Amino acid sequence: MADEINEIREEQEQLAPFDPSKKKKKKKVVIQEPVEDLAESSQTEKSDSLPVNDGLESSFTGMKKKKKKPTESSLLNNESVDAGEDLDEIANDEQEGEEGIVLQQRYPWEGSERDYIYDELLGRVFNILRENNPELAGDRRRTVMRPPQVLREGTKKTVFVNFMDLCKTMHRQPDHVMQYLLAELGTSGSLDGQQRLVVKGRFAPKNFEGILRRYITDYVICLGCKSPDTILSKENRLFFLRCEKCGSQRSVAPIKTGFVARVSRRKT
Amino acid sequence: MVELDIQIPSAYDPFAEAKDSDAPGAKENIHIRIQQRNGKKSLTTVQGLKKEYSYERILKDLKKDFCCNGNVVQDKELGKIIQLQGDQRKKVSQFLVQTGIAKKDQIKIHGF
Repeated sequence: MADEINEIREEQEQLAPFDPSKKKKKKKVVIQEPVEDLAESSQTEKSDSLPVNDGLESSFTGMKKKKKKPTESSLLNNESVDAGEDLDEIANDEQEGEEGIVLQQRYPWEGSERDYIYDELLGRVFNILRENNPELAGDRRRTVMRPPQVLREGTKKTVFVNFMDLCKTMHRQPDHVMQYLLAELGTSGSLDGQQRLVVKGRFAPKNFEGILRRYITDYVICLGCKSPDTILSKENRLFFLRCEKCGSQRSVAPIKTGFVARVSRRKT
Repeated sequence: MVELDIQIPSAYDPFAEAKDSDAPGAKENIHIRIQQRNGKKSLTTVQGLKKEYSYERILKDLKKDFCCNGNVVQDKELGKIIQLQGDQRKKVSQFLVQTGIAKKDQIKIHGF
């Protein structure tokens, strides 16, 4: 796959100085579309930011030679292998574009007899949308959670230091998160004076991370729009998760501790 | 006139859909948990197997397969529970799926 893209790109580079032929255009389109789709569907910031720029520039400087740039930058997104090289090329392109030596069409179907296809139109719509009001284009920022910091207290207890921080970033009650953590770990624990979570037993940060991941998928993320901007409320014994973004509501399972075997030695 | 053909539901089970979906409380899951003991030792508990199965026979196979000891514990609220020595969570879920005791989506593995 990557090889193919490379080959195609090289071909484009060879063709670039000449008059842009139809064949070339079509190839570009083929490469460009999935990337745009990706940018729209995925929530990653990295892939979002570049296409936004493309959209803006390509629509501002309409009749200049700009058509090559999106493909280049999209390649950048896809594979960051020869990033530096691509960057240079982009710079060259921009210079060319500013001088306006080569005139090219704004959209790939202009100037040719063929009909536009759905994906191209979709891309156009999103470009315009990003240009005029970027907040509607569906570019979401990603909430980043810091990894859990874990200390060992003695040999048998584990202290979860940034427990409160993580609860705040998730917008969840510490009680609820604690209940879930303790139920999953199958131990007992409590909050100490500095609002850290002290858990009985030895646990690695990775363990906490895995459980928090599950907690987030179960109790934080909205199923409809995947946004973490949700509110957990309790209505007559049932927990409901309401999304602030899309307004959808769902019920979530209550936390059950389940069976806990008796591990400590029995007192006679 | 507008003719409405209203279908009056006769023998319709309103919970038929809910049973198929994985809404909370609709389906009995099998919970496989792990519990830490002293040192690096741990304990695996299997909760929620169907009552039709003979726990003793399942346990016997589990013990033989994983080369570990274990027993069946009777809990007041949760019924019978299989306990196994060591971290056998993945192996237990694999075993339950292979023997057809449970489907993969019914099994819930807890713990870290």
